Amino acid sequence: MAYKVLMFGWEFPPHNSGGLGTACFGLTRALASEGADILFVLPKKLGDVSSDRMRILFADTSSGAGTGSVEFQEVVSALTPYVNSKSYLFSDLDDEIAQSLYSNTLLGEVRNYALRARAIARRERFDIIHAHDWLSFLAGIEAKKVSGKPLILHVHATEFDRTGGQGVNSNVYDIEKYSMEYADHIIAVSNFTKDQIVRHYGIVPEKISVVHNGIDPDFRSDVAPRLHKLKEQKNKIVLFVGRITIQKGPEYFVRAAKKVLEYYPKALFIVSGSGDMERQMMTEAASLGVSDKVIFTGFLRGDDLIALYQAADLFVMPSVSEPFGITPLESIVNGTPVIVSKQSGVSEVLSHALKVDFWDTDELANKIVSVLENDSLKETLKKNGDEEVKTINWKSAAKKCATVYSMFL
Amino acid sequence: MPSVCFYFQVHQPYRIKQYRVFDIGNDSEYFNDDSDRDLNNQKILQKVARKSYLPANAVMLDLLNEHPDFKVSFSLSGVLMEQLEKYSPETLISFQKLVETGRAEILSETYFHSLSFLYSKNEFRKQVEMHRERVKYFFGVEPQVFRNTELIYNNDLAREVEALGFKGVLSEGADHVLGWRSPNFLYRPTGAKRMKLLLKNYRLSDDIAFRFSSRDWDGYPLTAPTFAQWVSAVNGNGNVINLFMDYETFGEHQWEDTGIFNFLRHLPGEILKNPDNDFVTPSEAIDRYSDVAELDIPHFISWADVERDLSAWLSNPIQHDAINKLYALEERVLATGDEQIISDWRRLQTSDHFYYMCTKWFSDGDVHKYFNPYKTPYEAFISFMNVLNDLKLRIGEKNIIEKEESLV
Repeated sequence: MAYKVLMFGWEFPPHNSGGLGTACFGLTRALASEGADILFVLPKKLGDVSSDRMRILFADTSSGAGTGSVEFQEVVSALTPYVNSKSYLFSDLDDEIAQSLYSNTLLGEVRNYALRARAIARRERFDIIHAHDWLSFLAGIEAKKVSGKPLILHVHATEFDRTGGQGVNSNVYDIEKYSMEYADHIIAVSNFTKDQIVRHYGIVPEKISVVHNGIDPDFRSDVAPRLHKLKEQKNKIVLFVGRITIQKGPEYFVRAAKKVLEYYPKALFIVSGSGDMERQMMTEAASLGVSDKVIFTGFLRGDDLIALYQAADLFVMPSVSEPFGITPLESIVNGTPVIVSKQSGVSEVLSHALKVDFWDTDELANKIVSVLENDSLKETLKKNGDEEVKTINWKSAAKKCATVYSMFL
Repeated sequence: MPSVCFYFQVHQPYRIKQYRVFDIGNDSEYFNDDSDRDLNNQKILQKVARKSYLPANAVMLDLLNEHPDFKVSFSLSGVLMEQLEKYSPETLISFQKLVETGRAEILSETYFHSLSFLYSKNEFRKQVEMHRERVKYFFGVEPQVFRNTELIYNNDLAREVEALGFKGVLSEGADHVLGWRSPNFLYRPTGAKRMKLLLKNYRLSDDIAFRFSSRDWDGYPLTAPTFAQWVSAVNGNGNVINLFMDYETFGEHQWEDTGIFNFLRHLPGEILKNPDNDFVTPSEAIDRYSDVAELDIPHFISWADVERDLSAWLSNPIQHDAINKLYALEERVLATGDEQIISDWRRLQTSDHFYYMCTKWFSDGDVHKYFNPYKTPYEAFISFMNVLNDLKLRIGEKNIIEKEESLV
């Protein structure tokens, strides 16, 4: 049965800046393959590079019966994923044109976006509304008010994850809670996230379905190998990829590095990403006496990032609170085994990964040393991980979403 | 006839506690977990004794007293006997009472329930000798029949075991070696002169050991009269029915509330109702029945998993790595002459350690996971390798001390 989805989403790779765009892309593409028609609405600053490229990505949807279509609709807005009130205030709203188009606070902009969404919902025809991440929840609500169609919220993270337990922003929390109560159903990216929703937002479990994120194998590509010199000298590389911010637990990575180096001196720790804790991490590495062994590369993407995954011997995700965590899957697809925090959604779907509590730096160091010392451990994790990651894909996520839709169509 | 031949494996390993890289050089006690986890050997031994060994032995003793024609056989691994002596001497006594009836045969195996036959014939022989000594000490008998760890077997094993003086050996009646033949007869191993081979009838054995409480099984619920009928049905088609299983079937794998003890209590009586049926010990089976054919088994088989091969212990890189590194230490370990180092090294040979590292179907939550006291096979490997590194350190230190002493 063909149906049309009004989807509120985010900029696709490679112009995205994190998992949200990647998830939207993977899911949308898979849903289209399952036969859904999607009207994909996303915020776009005026004057930004057009997203014709995104249309081109979907132009070739002629793969037989049951294939849906994707249409894009940009809405003028300054919203970007992961923005918070602080970072929003510092974005470039200097000129008069900007000031007339965009609100000068994040919450203001979120409401503007919602109003602009209403206009779209009025003139388009669709069967169901699917809104990704809190920034677009109000837009989803407006669309529902105007059309009467069912609203599905896709929770990729909660305010508790973002603030790493350091105190939530009550405005954001209020919007999240109000939206979840208003919506017809909620999709959470993990049981971890579902539990948070039940515990912190008081939503009944029956209203929440878990659809784990996935990865498509084409994330891997053949890139020129890097870091030869380092590897020739028999150095082993332990990799961290992610925003250098509280939620991602970078300090646990650095402290574990110190312990590991006492037992395995030929290890190198690479931190790839940027964020508000960057300077603090460099200082910590220095004071622990390991700045020659902990390397900060800044934000990398595309082939550079892939090359790093492939060059590493081990990938570590020590997140404090990770709703899902796609980066370990990216690592496994590129042949490098992973250690993940137990406080993450992705640890629910991976058996062939090592797991630690994020705070247990000793155990993290213990496991890192073991992988570096025993090639057989790396090999076994790698071989089994290769097989396992094939089952964690967007096709099965899309199927689960379709099942959720069918409850309301 | 057919003659029912019961054999029960009784074994508990010394599980390695969680051992981290920081413990290397600081802690030479590998097996003394005292937490609530399933790595606590004392806790587990006492629990299994309470739930399984003691109640099962009570039933067995009653049956042996009630039915003069009832017979059974056991093998108790050396490490199990040690732990019984330490943690549950009353259980050891209950086994002794069974043997005293003269109708509970004790079989031979490697003391440490190890895979030594695959890696070191010297170690294998030594462990068989050690086991013989313990059996003599606790039970006053000399085993005549052998079974290798987890019924691992091939022609080479048969030859070796015959050379050691045994008259028979047990293994698995695996389809891929039997082909059209039946496990209900005795066979002669290729290359053996007189020795006989008894093969487990896995269908009937597993009906009791695995399927007994499975509601999906069309034989559920299994009663003693029904099973006795299946036994009688073999009449004319076999000499023996070899029911080989883990003794923990009674009370631990199949809990008391499944009715397993009740089943056991009535089974011999029901089987003996048919005058054509009787019970034999493995020795009696070997003395009474001739072998019907030669059986050529060049590649190792076992009673583990559906594959019935070595894959439960040796199917991935970490298992091979761990066991190779372990046996590579043999010469240096024995050269230290240090009892503690040698004993620790031998306890590390128990097959269970490698079973815990198996990653076959790990994602599907299969039977290995159920028996694994570690959360994952990888954690089992990590503790094992850290322990091995500590052992190497101790060997090195021992050598240094001896060098210093010899210089004085």
